[in-house]
Amino acid sequence: MDYFDRFAVPHPSPAIYASMVAIGLTMIAVVAGITYFKKWGYLWREWLTTVDHKRIGIMYILAALLMLFRGGVDALMMRAQTAIPDNGLLDGQHYNEVFTTHGVVMILFMAMPFIIGLMNIVTPLQIGARDVAFPRLNAVSFWLFFMGAMLFNISFVVGGSPDAGWTSYFPLASNDFSESVGSNYYAIAIQIAGIGTLLTGINFIVTILKMRAPGMNLMKMPMFTWSILITNFIIVFAFPVLTVALALMTMDRLFGTQFFTMANGGSDMLWANLFWVWGHPEVYIVILPAFGIYSEIISTFARRNLYGYNSMVISMVAISTLSFIVWAHHFYTMGHGAMVNGIFSITTMAIAVPTGVKIFNWLFTLWKGKIVFTVPMLYSLAFIPIFTLGGVTGVMLAMASADYQYHNTMFLVAHFHYVLIPGTVFAVLAGFTYWWPKMFGFMLSEKIGKWSFWFITIGFNVTFFPMFITGLDGQARRMYTYSESTGYGPLNMLSFVGAIGLAIGFALIVYNIYWSTRYASRNISNDPWDARSLEWATHTPIPEYNFAIVPTVDSTEAFWDSKKKGFKLFGGKVEKIHMPNNSGVPFIMSCIFFVWGFAMVFSMWIIAIIATIGIFACMIHRSFEKDHGRYISVEEIEETENKLRGAK
Amino acid sequence: MKIKWALLTILFTIATVLTGCDNPLMVLDPKGPVAATQADVIMISIWTMAFVVLVVMVLYIFMIMKYRASKQRDDYEPPHIEGSKVLEIIWVAIPILIVAFLSVVTVKTTNEVEATPKGYGDQEPLIIYASSSNWKWHFSYPEEDIETVNYLFLPTNRPIEFKLYSFGPISSFWIPQLGGQKYAMSDMVNTLHLAADVPGEYMGRNSNFSGSGFAQQTFNVNVLSAEEYDKWVDEIKATAKPITEEKFNELLKPGHVGQSTYTGTHLEFSPAPEGENAGHDHGSSDKEENDSKDSHEEHSEHSNMNHDH
Repeated sequence: MDYFDRFAVPHPSPAIYASMVAIGLTMIAVVAGITYFKKWGYLWREWLTTVDHKRIGIMYILAALLMLFRGGVDALMMRAQTAIPDNGLLDGQHYNEVFTTHGVVMILFMAMPFIIGLMNIVTPLQIGARDVAFPRLNAVSFWLFFMGAMLFNISFVVGGSPDAGWTSYFPLASNDFSESVGSNYYAIAIQIAGIGTLLTGINFIVTILKMRAPGMNLMKMPMFTWSILITNFIIVFAFPVLTVALALMTMDRLFGTQFFTMANGGSDMLWANLFWVWGHPEVYIVILPAFGIYSEIISTFARRNLYGYNSMVISMVAISTLSFIVWAHHFYTMGHGAMVNGIFSITTMAIAVPTGVKIFNWLFTLWKGKIVFTVPMLYSLAFIPIFTLGGVTGVMLAMASADYQYHNTMFLVAHFHYVLIPGTVFAVLAGFTYWWPKMFGFMLSEKIGKWSFWFITIGFNVTFFPMFITGLDGQARRMYTYSESTGYGPLNMLSFVGAIGLAIGFALIVYNIYWSTRYASRNISNDPWDARSLEWATHTPIPEYNFAIVPTVDSTEAFWDSKKKGFKLFGGKVEKIHMPNNSGVPFIMSCIFFVWGFAMVFSMWIIAIIATIGIFACMIHRSFEKDHGRYISVEEIEETENKLRGAK
Repeated sequence: MKIKWALLTILFTIATVLTGCDNPLMVLDPKGPVAATQADVIMISIWTMAFVVLVVMVLYIFMIMKYRASKQRDDYEPPHIEGSKVLEIIWVAIPILIVAFLSVVTVKTTNEVEATPKGYGDQEPLIIYASSSNWKWHFSYPEEDIETVNYLFLPTNRPIEFKLYSFGPISSFWIPQLGGQKYAMSDMVNTLHLAADVPGEYMGRNSNFSGSGFAQQTFNVNVLSAEEYDKWVDEIKATAKPITEEKFNELLKPGHVGQSTYTGTHLEFSPAPEGENAGHDHGSSDKEENDSKDSHEEHSEHSNMNHDH
């Protein structure tokens, strides 16, 4: 059968067969477990159909953590392969698939969803809202992301992973040079997840602009909310470009168009431009919320208000604008000539100015503070010097004439890990630890948390610092092997050792979750960190409606003022609250999307057509559906409030 | 704990940089004027950035040492401070000055490396067509009428103009010790200016990922004095076989091959994707002139500039 040939992995190895068995067994175990404990009903009612922003956020974070380990295993395999010269652990093809999926998984299925998860949980609470603007759309966003991620993840056991790098440059990613279905997975899985992200962008812009608590004008929003607002504007402007680029790619690969081919007028440069017109702002989609998280945490644990609030906001707006006019620095070497390269060099270096403003503002937030070294604070403090190193090497890379030497080398790899790991990964770990008590009603162990922090921070530096040096010594990125005579061996081995340190650090986080779930005290207050913004003003666990009475705000730190200056947050009396109903449609529609994607990857047209009809049927169903939500009565609210108050 | 860690980082950095001095890192060990310019730019940027890092580090260590809770009275309440116009202006203005300085350096040197190297302007450049195919390099010397595969011989003290293009995925032509890289692509020809000052053997490679054989897509570069170079050319002409279309098509098939040499060049039967003045091949040859003028002005300007020499 033709189909079964296509499902086969083009470069099978024992590791892949082992993964197949492992995936199969895990799925059987999960299904059996849920059936045994009779949890299907619970799962469906409380999670699969939920439109509650807090639960959706938790699901985002769970999925992101899963992907962190998936991408982390890829990373370990890469560092193991290059640890010694002429290593035969992976062959060239396998290595290419591993670094391609590592890049895609970490950026699109780990960093972004982790950020979106935190934003889902925190933003509505910080602005004193009861939900997001479009709760059901939010569920659609999550499930589309999730199905996209799953579709991408089955690629390595069904049909083969993409192997053209996370940038998928053409013509390498075309049918001529990438024959397996791997790049089809890339085009379609990212497309599905990308639609979800775009919907999130719209949803949160509306939420933040329209649903803020009375008194909270734009310049009184907490910094995290500001960063989320700006991020979502970037999403709304950048993601349509990706949508178009991936649509053209899909047509090239499945329908024989030639947008990016070598002949008949196709242009590989068009792909590079479209990709990076999205891809560069994407970097700021994952970094700006991190800036927001750090602003919250540093000010909380320095026990001081954020220094230079206005300039923090202005610099984020400046960064977001500049992020759209620097994309060509990703391919200075494509032959633009000195003029174009010069202009893009200057716009790129200009980003250092607003970023520097933020660094100094954070430093001065510590000034005259009273610094408490909690785990979230440790990540935030480690971020400052490491990110500075990443930033200054970014300025070095921005200089076009010098970039001809850094381009495509390990120096670049070191640079972007030096910005992305302290920037995004430290931030989500800090945010995760910081907001954990709000999500689950207990704290993660500080002791285990500190151990994992030190393993991650030191492991990170040992892994990536040597790459600056091998890069300057001429080691190109993405080489699956090198000969001993190059002399790259010892430093690559050092990187591998560092990677093991990182792996231990991440494993400790899982252990921390396990340990704290079992042993941590449940007797915590609503505000265990003595924090400053509104999400800590409600109960733990947070009731479905977030706030029984909508808070009133009068400063950037209304909750802090209520604690210290006696500002009254909750005036007025309890009234009935309107909430949306749960719905199974987002989940079902996304499952159909998964089937559609799978059928598209393998060109199974009949199934694809049926799935397309199914997707439209779901939308039509929604258009004619009469669902006006429901009210929570005053008695019910008071009962819940008394119970929560009594628990403390 | 924090300061210990900071010290460790600094020590670690110094140690690694010192190892670098023993055995110079490739891009900081230039053997030609272009690579020398680039190494200078890199060093300028490293020193400038070291200053920035130093300022941040000093402030950072000061803040976390002085204002930790354990060093303060229990009843100390940090004050509410909005910010400071003066300080904020300082940390906007100084970075702007730094960026302006680096911008000037960048624009100046980018123009420099995009032109015939300084001091070589009076000489006719040696033009070599370097084309990549999966996973090898073909070098055509139209002036000498010879072609090599996977290795290069270059004369010292003569400007060299590489004309880069590809028979497959995007590749990047890079000889770190002679100068930075540029892409070789299937639908246009890029020009890379290099020159070599010092005879010797250097590493060259494709540095842009191009599929499973990418890691081994390297070539040797032998830089010889002018006389030795001429001797080498004569020797090739006397001993090598001519390149035929058949032979060339065989070489184009994906895979690795060793080094080989031919008389004649493949440009005769398989020309580079360009007219006489470079530009783009968009498939139909009669539209080519218009295309390159309309949509790719920089390239045309760029190649015209080259032809002035």
